[in-house]
Amino acid sequence: MASFTIKVNGTRHTVTVNPDTPLLWVLRDTLGLTGTKFGCGRAFCGVCTVHISGEATRSCVTSIESVDGKTITTIEGLSSDLSHPLQQAWIHEDVPQCGYCQSGQIMTAAALLAQKPKPSDDDIDAALAGNICRCGTYNRIRRAIHRAANEVQSIQKGGRR
Amino acid sequence: MENNIPHESAAKHVSGEAVYVDDILVNDQLLVGRVVYSSHAHAKVKSFDLSQAKKVPGVHMVMCFQDIPGHNQMGPVVKDEICLAIDEVTFVGQAIFLIAAETEEQCINAERLIKVEYEPFEAILTLEKAIEKNLLLGPPSTIKRGDVDSALKKAPHTLRGELRTGAQEHWYLESQVCLCIPGEGREINVYSSTQHPSETQALIAELLGIGKHEVIVEVRRMGGAFGGKETQANHTACWTALLCWATKRPVKIRLFRDDDMKITGKRHRFLSKYEVGFDDEGKLLTAKFELNSDGGAAVDLSFAIMQRAMLHADNAYYIPDFSVMGRVFKTNLPSNTAFRGFGGPQGMAVIETVIDRVARYLKKDPAEIRVKNFYGLESNNVTHYGETIENNRLFMIYEQLITSSEYHNRRRSVNEFNASNEFFKKGLAITPVKFGISFTTSFLNQAGALVIIYKDGSILVNHGGTEMGQGLHTKIQQVAAAELGVSLDRVKVNATNTSKVPNTSATAASAGADLNGMAVKNAIDILKSRIAETMAHIFSEQYHDDPTFRDSIVFENDSIIDSKHPNRRVSFTEAIPLLHLHQVPLSATGFYKTPNIGWDKQKGFGKPFHYYAFGMAVTEVLLDILTGHHTIVRTDILHDVGDSLNEGIDIGQVEGGYIQGVGWCTTEEIKWDDKGNLMTHSPDTYKIPSVQDIPRDFRTALLRGVPNPDTIRKSKAVAEPPLMLALSCWLAIKDAISAVANHQFEPEFSLPATNEVILLSIEKLKKNMEERITLDFVVQR
Repeated sequence: MASFTIKVNGTRHTVTVNPDTPLLWVLRDTLGLTGTKFGCGRAFCGVCTVHISGEATRSCVTSIESVDGKTITTIEGLSSDLSHPLQQAWIHEDVPQCGYCQSGQIMTAAALLAQKPKPSDDDIDAALAGNICRCGTYNRIRRAIHRAANEVQSIQKGGRR
Repeated sequence: MENNIPHESAAKHVSGEAVYVDDILVNDQLLVGRVVYSSHAHAKVKSFDLSQAKKVPGVHMVMCFQDIPGHNQMGPVVKDEICLAIDEVTFVGQAIFLIAAETEEQCINAERLIKVEYEPFEAILTLEKAIEKNLLLGPPSTIKRGDVDSALKKAPHTLRGELRTGAQEHWYLESQVCLCIPGEGREINVYSSTQHPSETQALIAELLGIGKHEVIVEVRRMGGAFGGKETQANHTACWTALLCWATKRPVKIRLFRDDDMKITGKRHRFLSKYEVGFDDEGKLLTAKFELNSDGGAAVDLSFAIMQRAMLHADNAYYIPDFSVMGRVFKTNLPSNTAFRGFGGPQGMAVIETVIDRVARYLKKDPAEIRVKNFYGLESNNVTHYGETIENNRLFMIYEQLITSSEYHNRRRSVNEFNASNEFFKKGLAITPVKFGISFTTSFLNQAGALVIIYKDGSILVNHGGTEMGQGLHTKIQQVAAAELGVSLDRVKVNATNTSKVPNTSATAASAGADLNGMAVKNAIDILKSRIAETMAHIFSEQYHDDPTFRDSIVFENDSIIDSKHPNRRVSFTEAIPLLHLHQVPLSATGFYKTPNIGWDKQKGFGKPFHYYAFGMAVTEVLLDILTGHHTIVRTDILHDVGDSLNEGIDIGQVEGGYIQGVGWCTTEEIKWDDKGNLMTHSPDTYKIPSVQDIPRDFRTALLRGVPNPDTIRKSKAVAEPPLMLALSCWLAIKDAISAVANHQFEPEFSLPATNEVILLSIEKLKKNMEERITLDFVVQR
C-alpha cells in the first residue's frame, strides 16, 4: 500500500492503495465515480476510457502509480449540467442504446475534438476504432461527433447561443 | 403520441449517472464472488481438496455441490444443468466451486490452492463428430407440406449442397453480473443483469430451497444482452445467491471478460443440407432441408431455437412442397443459447443460399428470382406450417427499395467495375426478411403490469419487461403518457421487479413492447374507467339537470375533461387528490395475452405467430481479392415496424441489428482447440464490428403508412428482424467473389465469410478457371 495524489474532475484526492491498482478501480471503488465502466480489463474495448492530462487513456490497464500527481477527467467531469457539446449532440442524435460503452465513446471523442476540431469520417474511425459498441450505434456516434464539432465552431465564431 | 423523444436514459448515459448492477452502492460488508470452473471438456471428477483454499486470509467461503441447500439445478426448461458439478464435468467452463472473499486477489489466491483430480473422458467437440455418433439432445422434428421426394423427381432442375453457419459470441459490453444482498430471515434481494427476472427468481428459490416469495429480483437496466442474458444470466445469479446465502453478506460476481466468453453459450452453429427443385424460370417447386445444430452440453433453449430456424427456413418464399427436418446435437462445449434472431438467421441463411444458387445456375440476377418466389398477396400465401400471411409487405418494400437504392443502375455499374478491375471486385445483393412475432411456446405470450398514480399526480409504471438498450422503457413511458393523456415527465418507468409484477416471461422474441405495452394499457384502462366514473359523479354534483356521463370523460392535455361539456375540466394534478378523497383506488394491475395464436409442435402445424415483421436490405461491397478484406460501400434498408412507437429508437434498432448481423456474417469466428478450450476468448482474437466496419453510406428508412392491426398503438416489434438484413452483406461478398470467375462457377461459401473463407473460395475459383482453359485448349487441339 502507498499513497497517491490525483486530481480528478478538478478535485484533489489522496488515495492509499497498492501501487499496481488500475486507475479504473480507484475511480470506481475508492472514489465512487462509476460512470467509467469495466469491459474487458485489457484495453481492447474502450469502455474504461478517461482523460489523463487531456489524453484519452484506458484506465483498466493504467496503474495508479503511473498517474500519481496527474490530472484526470472522467465522464462525470465533462460537464456538471450536460452542457458539453458532445453530451448535447449524443442526446440529440439519440446515440445510446444500452449505454454501457457510451461514456468511453464520449471521452475518446472529446479527446479527438480537442486535437482535431473538425474531424473527417476517417479521423473519427481512426480515433474510435478501439471503442466497441455491441448495440452498433456507430453511425450515430459519427453523426454526433460532427454535430458537436459544428456546434463548437459556431460558438467560437460567435454564432448561435 | 409524442414520438421522437430520445431514450429515457439518454441523459443518464451521457453523464455517467446511469446505474448498472456493478454500480450499485453497497456497504463495506460486500464480498467478491468467484466461480471456479472445469479445465476439462469431459472428465470424471475423482477427488478434490478445498482445505488449503479455505485457509487463505480474507476468504469467507469456498463451496462445492455438497453445500447447496436446495436443488442443485439451473436448467431453464429441461432440468439438465447442474449448478455445481458433482462427479463429472461436461465442458470447459462448467462451474465446480464457488469462492467468496474480501478481495478479488484473495479469491484468485484461494482458487490456485484448490486441488482437483480429473480422469479425462473422450470429448465431442465438433458438430460433425456428434452427427457421426448420432448424439442427439432430444428427438428430431419435421415440418412438412406435400410430397417432397416425388416433387424433387419431377422438377426440371435440382441442386443440392450443404451450408455451415458459425457460432456467435454475444459480447454484451457489460459482462454477466449479479449482486445479492441478504434480507431478514430467508429473504434475499437479487440485482441481476437478466432478461428473465422471474426465471432467475425461480431458480434461486429452488437452489436455496425457499419460497419464491423470499426472493426479489430487480433489474434496472442491462449493458447489453442480445439473448445472452435470457437463460444464462441465471447461472451467475445462482452462484452469487449461493455465496450470499452461505456468508449472510452481500456478494457480487462480475465475470471477467475472458471467463464470460469461455463459460457462456453462443449462437448455435448449424450444419445444414439442402436439396431444391425448380423450373426454367427459377420458380421454386420443392425443397428438402436438414438442419443440424450444436446444442452444446445441455438443452437450454436449443429446441425452441431449432424450431424457430425451421419456421424461418422459408423466409419470404413460397415453396409448394417443402420439408424441414431439425436435429439438435450434444457436444462437450458450453450450452448454446438464445441470440438475437433465435435460429431465424440460421434458417434464413439456408434458403437465401438456395435462392442465390438457383439464380447463378440460371444465370439470372438473384433479385429477379427472389421477387418471383415471394409469398403472394392473395394466393401462395400459406407457410409450410399452415399460417396464412396477412398484410404481406414484401412487394411494397421490394418495389420501393429497388427504386430508392437504384438497384438496377448499380448492378450495371458493379458489372462495369468488375470488367475493368482485376484486384478489386464489387458485389451487390438484396435480401428480404419475414420474421414471425410471438414466442413459439404459445403460453409465454403473456405480460403483466402494475400502474400506480401517487397523490401528487406522478405515475409509476411497473411492467414485466426488462431494459437492455432496446428502448422498451421509453416506449412504455410514451404509451402510458399517451393513454392517460398526460405529459411524459409525469410518468416514470420503474426498475423491473419480481415483487411488483410476478410470473413474467423473458424479455425476448422481440415481443417486449407488444406484450408489456398492452398490459400497461390494460392497467390504465382499468384506472381510467374508475376515474371516469367518479369524475362524472363529481362533475355532476353541480349540474343535476345535465349530468356528466362516465363515457364522455376524456383524458387529454394533462386534464380530465367532460367531452360533451368542455368547461367541466380539472387538471390531472388537482383531480388525483380529489379522487383519493373519494376513495378511488389509484393503482391497478394489467394483463395481456396474445390473441388468436396456437401451434401444435408435434404436428408442426398451426398459427405460431401473431403477425410478421418485414424488411429488406441492399448491400454493396468492395472486395480486395488479394487480402480478402471487404468494405461495405453502401447499404439501403427499408424496414416495417407498423406505426412506429418511436422512430429514433426503431431506426437505431434496425441499424444496430444490421451491424450485429454483419459481424455474424463476416468477421466473428469462434474457434475451440482440440481439448475444448475456447481460443477466441478476448477482443484481440474475436472481432466484432467497430466504427470503421459500418457502411460508408448507410441509408435506413422505415416503411410508411402501414399500421399493424391489433397491436399496441398499431406498432410492430423491431429488435431481432433487422439482424437478418445482414445476409445481404454476406451474399454481396459472394457476388464479388463470383465476379472473379466472371460468374461462370458457383463459389464455395460459408458463414462467416472471413478473409480466410473468401481467399480460399477465390483460390478455388481461379483453379476452376485454369482447368477450364486447359480443357478448352485440349479440346481445340
